[in-house]
This record gives sequence, structure tokens and C-alpha cells, in this order.
Amino acid sequence: MSKAKKHEPLVHITKRGTLPLWHNLAIRAIGLAAALVVCAIVLYALTGLNPLKIYGAMFKGAFGSARRVWTTIREIMMLLCIGVGLAPAFKMRFWNIGGEGQVLVGGVAAAACMIYLAPNMPLAPVLLIMFVLSALAGAIWGLIPAVFKARWNTNETLFTLMMNYIALQITSFCVSKWENPYGSNTVGIINPTTNAGWFPSIFGQQYMLNVIIVMLIAVAMYLYLKYSKQGFEIAVVGESTNTARYAAINVKRVIIRTVMISGAICGIAGFIAVAGAGHTISTSTAGGRGFTAIIVAWLSKFNSFIMLGVSSLLVFLQRGASEIASQFDLNDFVSEMIKGMILFFILGSEFFINFKVHFRTARKETENK
Amino acid sequence: MKKLIAVALVLVLALSLVACSSETNNTQGNKDVKIGVILVHDENTGYDEAHINGIKKALETCGIPNDTDHVVWKYNVPEDEKCHDAAIELVEAGCTHIFSDSYGHQAYMQQAATENPDVVFASMTGDTAALSGLKNFKNAFCNTYESRYVSGVVAGMKLQELVNDGKVAADNMDENGNIKLGYVGAYPYAEVVSGYTAFFLGVQSIVPNVVMDVLYTSSWFDPVAEGEAANTLMSRGCIIISQHADSTGAPSACQAAQEAGTTVYCVGYNIDMLPAAPTAALTSAQNDWSVYYTYAFNCALKGEDIATDWAKGYAEGANMISALGESCAAGTAEKVAEVEKGIKEGTLNVFDCSKFTVGGETVTSFLAIDTNGDFQGDEGEAIENGVFHESTLRSAPYFSLRIDGINELNNN
Repeated sequence: MSKAKKHEPLVHITKRGTLPLWHNLAIRAIGLAAALVVCAIVLYALTGLNPLKIYGAMFKGAFGSARRVWTTIREIMMLLCIGVGLAPAFKMRFWNIGGEGQVLVGGVAAAACMIYLAPNMPLAPVLLIMFVLSALAGAIWGLIPAVFKARWNTNETLFTLMMNYIALQITSFCVSKWENPYGSNTVGIINPTTNAGWFPSIFGQQYMLNVIIVMLIAVAMYLYLKYSKQGFEIAVVGESTNTARYAAINVKRVIIRTVMISGAICGIAGFIAVAGAGHTISTSTAGGRGFTAIIVAWLSKFNSFIMLGVSSLLVFLQRGASEIASQFDLNDFVSEMIKGMILFFILGSEFFINFKVHFRTARKETENK
Repeated sequence: MKKLIAVALVLVLALSLVACSSETNNTQGNKDVKIGVILVHDENTGYDEAHINGIKKALETCGIPNDTDHVVWKYNVPEDEKCHDAAIELVEAGCTHIFSDSYGHQAYMQQAATENPDVVFASMTGDTAALSGLKNFKNAFCNTYESRYVSGVVAGMKLQELVNDGKVAADNMDENGNIKLGYVGAYPYAEVVSGYTAFFLGVQSIVPNVVMDVLYTSSWFDPVAEGEAANTLMSRGCIIISQHADSTGAPSACQAAQEAGTTVYCVGYNIDMLPAAPTAALTSAQNDWSVYYTYAFNCALKGEDIATDWAKGYAEGANMISALGESCAAGTAEKVAEVEKGIKEGTLNVFDCSKFTVGGETVTSFLAIDTNGDFQGDEGEAIENGVFHESTLRSAPYFSLRIDGINELNNN
């Protein structure tokens, strides 16, 4: 080996240009496949079970019957709705960790309507009122940190996180107000016999309205971010507030408006969770989805349609997970592990999408010798 | 791109084949009885562990193999629509009898019972089975108040010893010379009220001059909040701390305080607290759910109807206290045996109306069942011949009287 030769590292990394979409998707698919293989090996090593059978059970858990498919769809729509809600805020680089709280206040507003209004009113206006009030509640939950961010540049990550705790306490308070029976700390199913304020079945499907509302919002958000002037402003503020100011964009207004929209959609997610799925309210109504949806939004680069795919994958994993826990008597943590590994590989594939890896070629190696 | 789609399609087909084949396997098993279990957590919490162990023991007793053809377990099912999903999935898996272990599951179990009249649904600790009028919807509860009373006797024996040894200080007593007890409760719910009253009466049967502070944590399982509540109670001078919450938070706090020089002892619930508090813990009130599950599985195997409300206690072995700790007073075991005998034979009534007063008066009438949803009992006289009969009109406890001597510190 000659000392004079310039040392060349075994691998070096360069930034890629923009990849065509199919190439992009192919890298992700490879990542997913690799994740499945590694999971299979780990599963076999840990449990001695046939990994194909485990994957089969997961598939069956999510899609095994028409009902399961609809339950899976319901969960996908919930996650997608929150993801779509978070997207504009994150695109603006406003770290909205408060999805959980925004969903909860929306849910509380919807539950209040179900309890106080629904028994005495026809369904359509009640649902409309619930929709508006939930969106408003979520918007207010977004407005507060947004105003502080816009006016005094407070840290929105901490602020929105703290707002979650306030929302949680408000929910606890309302649960103890509405609890049934007294002292049990559960609200139970609201209007179980009259079904007042529940989403009606459409085409015989209980969750069809959930799908319609969420898909409308998702498509609208896609168009809004991609083609509207406001969507463009969001992108500019996200890249650089100085550029935005130079382009005569009112940054404060954009921040407040965008985060209100973000909160409102999360509030609507709370409405769907209460009126369209659970028919109850509890501190677990959001169920951590406000945080999971952050992954959904970021992994999809805020594209509604990719968000649909990512939500589907995450929900599939979660539904499949509980199925393998019960079929193979494995602890739920095993499925959490699978979920973690798959996410790790998908996030890892982001690296290969953004960067290209060059290996030192064999020919050069021989030259060196 | 086409290749990718083709690969994806092949994968989907392969997976559905696997899925189908496992389905046929399932239906080949014993078609008569298939048990479905819905648990709010898994074996890592004491409450669910008690149910899991109870079910496993009952399966063995009844000769039902614990495999996926006969028993399907659903772990970590939250108390929302996911419980309904789980129940329906169990029905689709061919389960004939479905059991859920948490109160919050009840509404969703009832909904599933309405939709599936051929499947039996049993909601443990629930209270609406009889009112629902559904033939396939059941409730069950162990008579926890009995074991709480006995655990109160254990605490009373210790307290008497402390009095005799002169270890009860002035700040352990209120202005009337009553010794202070403390209780960490989850919620101001009849189940909790019934439990702490039984514990209090147990202590009072040994040491008459006691009062008790109750502090609610607003959670069934919150180690930090339970520990904090215990610390608050101890700082108020409570010398014995008991609990109706599922963690070791309170016993651990008591052990720490004791090691720091405070005279304090504790009585736990569900699980043996001695590992968490070796010298502070006296005993724990416990349930053995296998008694119910054995009964229910046997009914299922014989094709008989399960009781709409099932509530059994000491006499059937559904209740007990855990092993006595080293700190227990001399003679405790003998006293416990005597009290247990009384409960089993029915000569000792936990809620003897001559032993407590409400607002200074002896209670003579209590309507236990609320039929119109206003949370006020309007039917079912619980008091007969001067005895309040708990859990006879329905399995879930309904003793919600706040008796004199017990002081709720933070009820709304």
C-alpha cells in the first residue's frame, strides 16, 4: 500500500437530485420487504413460530371479514384525518404536537352536543352543529399557541404539548360531569337506545360517512396545499420566514390561519371519533393518534394520497398486531416490535431516497495493492 | 412498475391463502363451547392477572384445553368501540361464551349481546344485565367486601397492638381521640364505597374509636398518584393505609415512610404487597375469579343458563386475604379464622346496621336498584332484619351510603 495515494473511504455519500416517483416508491417497497424479512428472522428466533403464518394472521386480523375490513377502514380514516390536519402546520415548520388535544376538545364538543342537543333535534342539523362546533373547538386549541408564536415567537412544540394536558384535564372534568353511572368515571355509550347524534348508515355501511368526510377533507387539503395561493404561502413560510417577508407575505397571518385550519381538522377528527365511531368520550378518545399522525404527515411529505397509504400501513400493523397477540398467545409487545422494525426500515429508506451511496470499487482496491 | 404490481398481487394472494387455511383449522375444533376473553390489559397488571389465572384454572378444572380452538384471548382492549369490535370478532371466530373483565367494557358488551342473541356475553363487575332484559347478557362479581372486612380485622388487630404498646401518637388522633385511618380510593363509585366501608367496619370491630380519611386518585391504576395520596394521608396522621386501586404505589410509600421512622402500616388489594412493602404490609384483600369461571364454563358445557347476576364470597372460596405479613399482631391468624368462619356460616354480617350510622341515625331502608337512570335507587329493598344485604339484589356492589366516621377528602 503506497502512502502517497490519496486515501479513498470505503463508502461515500452524495446528495441525490429529485427522484422520479416510481423510483421513490420502489425504494420504499424494498425497505418494506427488507423489514418483513428481518422481522421474520427475529420472530422465528424469538418465538419459533412460522413467520409466514404470523403475517397471514396479521392479514386476517385486518381483512379477515367484511366487518374487519370496515373496522380497519374506520381506523385508517381516523388516523388519516388527523394526519391531514397536521400536514399544513408541519409544512409551515410549525411543530404542532397538539393534535391529541385538538382531537379531544373536538370530541368533547361533539359529545356535549350528543348529550344536550341530539335527543331533541333532527339528526341532520345536529350533525351539522356538531361538525361546526368541533371544528371551532379544535381551531381555538390551535389558535392559542399560534397567536403566541406569531406575536411573541414562543416555542410552539412545548406550547402545543402543554395544550394537550389542558385538553386532557377538560376531558376528565367532562367525563366526571357526564359519567354514567355516578362515580364510575365512564360516560358509556351516549344515547344507546335512540342513537341520537350518531352517524347514520349510508348504503348500509355504518362507517361510510366517516370515509366520505375524511376523503373530502383529504382531497381538499391536497388541492389547497398544492394549487392555492395560501398553500404556496405556507410552503414559503416553512422554507424561510425572511423570504416570505421579502415576498410581502404577512407571516403572522399565515401562521395563525394555518394552525387554525390544522386545529379545526383535528377537531373534526374528534367529532368523527365520537359521533362516528365510539359514541362516547373519554381521555383515551384520541388514543395517541395525535402523535402517530405526525409520522403519517412527515413520511408522506404532506401529500394526502401518500398519507392514505401510510395510515393504512400503520393501522394494518396495529390491527394485525392484536390478532397475532390473541392467535399465538404472544404479548402485544411482539407486535409493537414488528411495528417498530417496519417503521425503522421505512424511515431508513428515506435516507436512500435523499442520498446515494457509492462503494469503493473493486478495481481501485486492486490498484491500491 | 408492472412488475411491482404483480409482486404485490402475488403477495396478497399468498397471504390470503395462508389466512384461509388457518380459518379452516379453527372450525375443526370442539364446536360446542368456545370461550372468548376480553381483557383491559394483560398479565402485567394485578387485576387482569387475577382474571387470567382464574380463567386458566377454570379451564383446567372443566377440561377445556387452552388452545385457539377453544379459547380466544383479546388483550389490551380499551373501553371504547374497540371492545365492541373485539366482541364481534370473537363471535365471528365462533365463540359461544364471551367474558370481559373491566367495567367500562359493559356498554359495548351489551351492544354486542343485543346484536348476537345466540352468544352469551358476561361482563365482570358490571351492573346492567338484569335491567337490560337480555337473556344472553350476564354480570358477575366476587364479594370483595367480605375480604375487605377481614383485612380490616387484620388492621384492627395491629392497631390494638399499637395502642397497647403506646405507639399511637397524639397527631394520629382527631380532637375527639379517634385514631385516624387512611384509604386510597380510585373513584367515588359504589364499588369503592362498599369496599372502604367494609374495611372500616372490620377495623372498628376490634378498635371502636377510629375515623377514616378517603382520598380519591381518579384512576384505577396510577402508582405515582397512589403513592402521593398515601403520603398525604400519612401527613394527616393516618396510621393505617388501605387502598382500592391496583398498583403498589401506596404500599411502597408506606414502606418508605416506615423506614424513615413513621409508625404506619398498610393493607393492599388484589396482589400480595409484601414484596413491595415487606414490613409495612399486613395483608391484601383478594378475589379468586376461578370460582366464577369454573361455574360459568360448567354451565356452558352442560348447556345450562348462567346466572344473570352471580355474586359469591368466602363461603364458596371466591374471596380470601393474602398471607399475613411479619408485622401482624400476635393472635391475628386466630382472630381471622374466627371472623372467616362467621362470614362463611352467615352468623357475621359485614353491613350490620346496628354497627354504623348515617348522619347520626341508624339506617332502616335502602333502595338499591336504579331503574330510571337518575342514579337514585328506586327499587329493591336491601335492608332486612337490620342487615344491609350487599350484592344479593345484583352482583355489582350498591352500598353507597357515606357512614359516620368516614370522611371523603376530595369528592368533587
